[in-house]
Amino acid sequence: MSIITIQRKVLEKNDEIARRNREIFRRHRLRVLNVVSSPGAGKTSLLERTLEFLGGSLKVAVIEGDVQTDFDARRVARYGVPVVQIVTNGGCHLEAKLVQDALENLQLDNLDLLIIENVGNLVCPAGYDLGEDMKVVVASVTEGEDKPLKYPAMFRNAAVLLINKIDLLPHLDFDLAALRRHALQINPGLRVFETSCRTGAGIAEWCAWLKNPGAGTP
Amino acid sequence: MHELSIAQSIVDIVRQHAPDGVPVRAVRVAVGRMSGVVPESLEFCFSAVVGDTMLEGARLEIDRIPVRADCAQCGNVFVVEEAAFACPACGGSDLKLISGTELQVIEIEVAEGAHEGL
Repeated sequence: MSIITIQRKVLEKNDEIARRNREIFRRHRLRVLNVVSSPGAGKTSLLERTLEFLGGSLKVAVIEGDVQTDFDARRVARYGVPVVQIVTNGGCHLEAKLVQDALENLQLDNLDLLIIENVGNLVCPAGYDLGEDMKVVVASVTEGEDKPLKYPAMFRNAAVLLINKIDLLPHLDFDLAALRRHALQINPGLRVFETSCRTGAGIAEWCAWLKNPGAGTP
Repeated sequence: MHELSIAQSIVDIVRQHAPDGVPVRAVRVAVGRMSGVVPESLEFCFSAVVGDTMLEGARLEIDRIPVRADCAQCGNVFVVEEAAFACPACGGSDLKLISGTELQVIEIEVAEGAHEGL
């Protein structure tokens, strides 16, 4: 028997394309968010509320990741922003190459912000860099308070946590403080917003931060 | 559940390094506990994708790498257990992760007669 040393990252191809994506974003002075959550946490609804609230005050484009359909892209397109749909055909996450291909269908000049809505999944997207500036994780109050503890990689790698569907709190036994505590235990630097797409609560604060991410903690 | 594509990537990398025509007996990989990959699932997928390749029948040896952190406040280096991202010595939470996200092909073992340095 003989041993051959290899020492190579399994995802090196993805990392290399992500690096090139990041270079393109930097050249266009484009801020890029990778929005992740479990299915049904409200990523698309948040996008809709966000686009509605921003109302053109930021030039936004959207890349929609979906396992099978273009339903979400059609919802987002109603707000008059450029949208590119990526259908992963069963794939559980977006990869840098898919984003690279999507960029060919977007005019990056004069854009301020690119929002990538990942496939609903809190495990797989954590390992795939897309070239984004930051991950935004959405957790809704109909999920468990222990989500951050169950999916530490995602919460550790995110910069922002949106706690969504807070209008439902009166009807649930959900412990909001526990979710915050667990999330901050995994990632003390996490910036947390509480939102409801139904009532619009918290959307103004979130959008203010989007416009000026350097500003102090709300 | 992206272990199938991960297993395929491992096979692709190994094929670039293994000498032509020499069976690969074992593949050693490092899998961090925060890599998002489930070792048991990876083993299953690996056995499914090696059929009819030079890796047919190869063992997959998985080094499970713990999540280790370096505390910025007191310099303590420790293993993060149960997603408790706080220094057990000083309680500090300004931590730099120094391991646990690995997903790497380390080395392969090939049958007798193969040569190094390809």
